Amino acid sequence: MSEPTHHTHTVVPPRVYGAVFGTLLCFTALTVFASYLELGVFNAVVALAIAVIKSLLVILFFMHIRYSSKLTKLTLAAGFFTFIVLVAMTLTDYMSRAWGMW
Amino acid sequence: MDSQATATLPEQAHAAHEHPEYVRHHFANATQQRETANFGMWLYLLTEIMFFSGLFIAYLIYRNWYYPAFVAGSHQLKIWAGTLNTVVLICSSFTMAMGVYAAEMRNRKALVRWLILTLILGTGFLCIKGYEWHDEWENHHVPGLNFSTTTFTHVDARYPQDKPLPQDMAEKTQTYFSLYFTMTGLHALHMIVGVLILLVLIAQAYNGAYTTGHMNTIENFGLYWHFVDIVWIFLFPLLYLISRHQ
Repeated sequence: MSEPTHHTHTVVPPRVYGAVFGTLLCFTALTVFASYLELGVFNAVVALAIAVIKSLLVILFFMHIRYSSKLTKLTLAAGFFTFIVLVAMTLTDYMSRAWGMW
Repeated sequence: MDSQATATLPEQAHAAHEHPEYVRHHFANATQQRETANFGMWLYLLTEIMFFSGLFIAYLIYRNWYYPAFVAGSHQLKIWAGTLNTVVLICSSFTMAMGVYAAEMRNRKALVRWLILTLILGTGFLCIKGYEWHDEWENHHVPGLNFSTTTFTHVDARYPQDKPLPQDMAEKTQTYFSLYFTMTGLHALHMIVGVLILLVLIAQAYNGAYTTGHMNTIENFGLYWHFVDIVWIFLFPLLYLISRHQ
């Protein structure tokens, strides 16, 4: 029987978890602080950018994607790609119909 | 010896060749089994991402349509409660990650300890969320059950710069609160399911189920728990923070 393609399993050390944990708490403080500043439309942009960074940290380190096999990485990437396509299609539909006429 | 016949009897099949007890017979080895379980879990999480995405898109579109109502609705939430809950949930993600590490190190006591901490933090999150919901019920902000537009048609003492909304726009705050309760409610439902699974996992871990090399269940539950954390990482700024200044 042929062996399946091999992927070396990495044990993520606690100091990595600790560093990610600290960074997540800092970003939480930062996003709350930023929401009290007057930034106009950029309030939403800054808040979402911080949320994306935080979730990337969780996905890459807590969820081990950084250390995962190519198959898992590709699966997740395909999921996000599908997500973007669905968002784009929904928004083009709404924006090309009665946007601003409700 | 007829190998076909032995393979149909699992007890004998295990005796026939060397591999850990927990590796199922259709897998070549423990690594392949682990990879397969991990892959399956990610497919499930992708369906969950799609599920929550629909709600996020609805929020995006309605926020643009009924912008003043969404701003006024958002001003009724307590930033301190949302921030505290974010911190609690991030802590629980950390303790869960440490639990996976403890299972990896085959340390039964540490695994049970980290899982119990995760359980306490998860329950704490639900309690704070419940307190917020109770407050919103008291303030008549629950569409369909207990809703009144008075908060939005008069100047709020806490937000004196907020202009009162005209009645038709004030009605639309119900759309904000409907989405708020649906999204936080479904998120809390995921937390409740997580907490119930944790109770079972703690009992099994205490009996040493996950510290003898087989830990796919702990790993996959960790993925689920972190996913629920990520949903909140987006819910928090969108519901509580981005409308502070508008």
